[in-house]
Amino acid sequence: MTRLPNFHAAKWDEPVVMQLGRPGGRGQLFPAPEPEVAETVGANPVPEAMRRKDRPVLPEITEFEAQRHYLHLSQMTLGMMGVSLFGTCTMKYNSKTSEFATWRPEIAEVHPYQHPDTLQGVLEIMHDFGGILQSLSGMDQFVFQPGGGADAAYTMTAVARAYWADRGQLGQRTEMVTSIQAHPCNPATAAAAGFTVINLPLEENGYPSLEALKAAVSERTALIMLNNPDDMGIYNPEIRDWVKAAKDVGALCFYDHANFNGVMGKLSARELGFDACMFMLHKTFGAPKAGGGPAVGAFGCTAELAPYMPAPIVVKQGDTYALDEDRPKSCGKIREFWGNVPQVVKAYAWARAMGAEGIQMASDISVVANNYMDHRLAQLPGIARSNPDVTKRRMEMTRWSLAPLHEETGIGTVEIANRMADYGIDPWWMSHEPWIVPQPFTPEAGELWSKEDIDLWIDVLAKIMQEARENPELVRTAPHNQPIAQVKGDAFEDPSQWAMTWRAFVRKRDQAAAQGAA
Amino acid sequence: MTGPTRAHPWMANSAPGMIDAMLAEIGASSVAEVFEQIPADHFRKTPLSLPPQLSSEMELKRDLLSKLRKNATCETNLSFLGAGVWQHHVPAIVDEIVGRTEFATNVWGSYQSDHGRNQAWFEFSSQLGALLNLDVVQLPVYSWGCAIGHAIRMAARKTGRKKVLLARLSDPERLSVIRTYCQPQEMESAIEIVFVEHEAGSGRFDLADLKSKLGPDVAAVYFENPAYLGTIETGAAEIARMARAAGAETIVGVDPISLGVMAAPGDYGADIVTGPVQPLGVHMNCGGGVGGFIASRDEPDYVHQYNGFLVSIAETVQPGQFGFGLACPHQNSYGQREHGNDWTGNSTYLWAIAGAVYMSLLGPEGFREVGTLIISRARYAARLLSQVPGVRIHWPDTTFKEFVVNFDETGLTVAEINDRLRARGIFGGKDLSGEGLGLGQSALWCVTEVHSAADIRHATNSLSEVLK
Repeated sequence: MTRLPNFHAAKWDEPVVMQLGRPGGRGQLFPAPEPEVAETVGANPVPEAMRRKDRPVLPEITEFEAQRHYLHLSQMTLGMMGVSLFGTCTMKYNSKTSEFATWRPEIAEVHPYQHPDTLQGVLEIMHDFGGILQSLSGMDQFVFQPGGGADAAYTMTAVARAYWADRGQLGQRTEMVTSIQAHPCNPATAAAAGFTVINLPLEENGYPSLEALKAAVSERTALIMLNNPDDMGIYNPEIRDWVKAAKDVGALCFYDHANFNGVMGKLSARELGFDACMFMLHKTFGAPKAGGGPAVGAFGCTAELAPYMPAPIVVKQGDTYALDEDRPKSCGKIREFWGNVPQVVKAYAWARAMGAEGIQMASDISVVANNYMDHRLAQLPGIARSNPDVTKRRMEMTRWSLAPLHEETGIGTVEIANRMADYGIDPWWMSHEPWIVPQPFTPEAGELWSKEDIDLWIDVLAKIMQEARENPELVRTAPHNQPIAQVKGDAFEDPSQWAMTWRAFVRKRDQAAAQGAA
Repeated sequence: MTGPTRAHPWMANSAPGMIDAMLAEIGASSVAEVFEQIPADHFRKTPLSLPPQLSSEMELKRDLLSKLRKNATCETNLSFLGAGVWQHHVPAIVDEIVGRTEFATNVWGSYQSDHGRNQAWFEFSSQLGALLNLDVVQLPVYSWGCAIGHAIRMAARKTGRKKVLLARLSDPERLSVIRTYCQPQEMESAIEIVFVEHEAGSGRFDLADLKSKLGPDVAAVYFENPAYLGTIETGAAEIARMARAAGAETIVGVDPISLGVMAAPGDYGADIVTGPVQPLGVHMNCGGGVGGFIASRDEPDYVHQYNGFLVSIAETVQPGQFGFGLACPHQNSYGQREHGNDWTGNSTYLWAIAGAVYMSLLGPEGFREVGTLIISRARYAARLLSQVPGVRIHWPDTTFKEFVVNFDETGLTVAEINDRLRARGIFGGKDLSGEGLGLGQSALWCVTEVHSAADIRHATNSLSEVLK
């Protein structure tokens, strides 16, 4: 076994920022209005009825204190500073070259309503990157307005509404069909868009049966939303028949390409028959996740669906680039403006730095590395691979179950995740709801992490499993080397305790103290 | 296997022999073997057609910069564009903190391993709550328009009603998003949007018209303060009172940078408050800096309608120590799929950290100063521009940082005037003439703390010259 790191996270015991500072402390000054301005408009132009009378209860700290406080908080965030094999999120290196490019004023200090003549550089990048995604997917047009993968799924439902409304069938096409293991965003966005969701159950082989799909789709089906491979690492080999069955009843077919990393350069959504797909640029295309955005769900579709996409669309006219807002059949906007432009630039940079050969190699590596990990994990007693009947090699990730160890020791996947951080390893991804696999965990190696990183990750897991058997209390009470001890969960569902702001916390604390005194 | 002969700097296992070593350990004879689940006829037939690889950092940087340099920026030009994205000063510390790699790369660990980030999130909500005078602030959603859409849906679920009243003078960009969230009318669960007219002299809500449209079927009244066209809604408390009397929720949209000088919406009867996060320390980013917050009072009826992440402070098992975690996590789509409140996913949470740093730097006095500076300079700009022959200001002396400049009497279109200004390094305000607002050849100009009195005089003089 490799030597495990003797790690301890930064522990600053940092107060909440509201507790810092002193009356009159300042972190940022603004000039007073120029004399001619004040003379013209008076001292306080805000209408009397709308003036603020109280002083907002904000911290009063110096510039350095703000810097020090938030640097401390950044240091108490593990990020992926150790090893993060966080499945379903495809942890990649986020290039600083492209990050720094987007901090330049040519992106940072640009307004989306500027005249297109002044936006030719960014429009060119968005146009060219659209072309890259067209090649990878076979789709005819991409748009970057959706602010994440879920928002791209929502875009699909909005496009489907516009498509069916244009055909006078929105009143009839009221259903969306998906699999129970599809990412929650697919059923959730379809429901929020007004569709009735039909979830197909899984069979032994890991995916729903074609017969179940055929029984579920009808002239009421507006669309189907599928991912493939799924989070178990299982590829549905009947996907072409699925698309055909859906199309036989006229339904639209959406490919949630969240799990693109293992098949990029190898599959084309269009060749498989899909009408539309989405890519997560903050995942597969190397833009940072930033703890949950700004993200981009790039939405692409066929020329037939393109008129229904949200506007604007970046178009090339001769040698210049323009924004096409005049799209009368468009579903309307999903979000203001054109999307998280800096992330699109970073994804473009990723695709250029990788090139076709690098992208092919990355999907090779991610599937080989996962199979290497599977091979090693299979040798650890106490864990079991999901869908044991599926003996073929999995794709770029595999869902595992800790159920045997849990039964043996009482230690489950949450406790192990907490303990992993004590070794500088990011807590693993378990599973989306519902947990079909008991005590799940889902590692994904991707192309970034070295074989040594993967070995270290597995060795840490093996060590913690040993701890679970020899000293379960150590694992149950973990973490021990983190900025704070285990957070107690009882406040989170209790209106008398939860506090989403400092003022709510202070109010409830004082109320509780008053009650205690009474 | 084809591939680069040199290892790629972003792929450790692209070093020579690494793939083969792993294949040997798993007993596979080729890379193709690990793809055994995919039927042969599923593999793509069309070869990839991508631009050539830029394998070195130097080449990549050159390509990015050669393209980006074709943009003209609001740093080297004088811009008066606003309308959903505004040019505000971003303190350097904010950029340093949101540029920290730990904040850029983290995804979702445990409450302990994400402690610093979660605390920063809580501090965003706490400081914004102090500006709003409200106890619950959700982490931001994708944009202000999306926040309004979710807020309307919250109100519809809470009241069981399916109609929302909002201003006819709404931003078409946000309104388009709101329409998306309210669904097409032919759907059973659609929320109907009904416009409220405005007072001709002030741009504010016409309260008589509002009264005539309020009824037992109205879920919510939505208004902005300041509104799309910059006007300050002095009748805010009365609107909220009227809505409450009709059993409807009052949803308000506010500009958080105004809240050092303008009344907190929690103090004039707002039930749900939304707004943009971009003014709080986020660069314009060509529109990629937007995010939208949602806030309310701390009542379970409201808390249980939120769609996203509510970060609560909580004790740890160590006495006296606090951490942070998600309150009511089972009501969102991660917890309940299609039965959750709307949906959630990746959002704009890095901008919550930007906002936390920004608000901590400004403090109460910084917000008072910046608010005073913005409204003063904007009013000054409106006054100066109104003195240019042919130029008129709609609703003078009623606005915060944006205002409507009308050019009807110049005989020129906004597009023509903005073309002439652009040739002089000035980006004129957003053209409103195509928006069907009945304002003729008008533009929405935005003036903030970044515009000095000299900048404003320069713009005024330039406008005078191009109109000659």
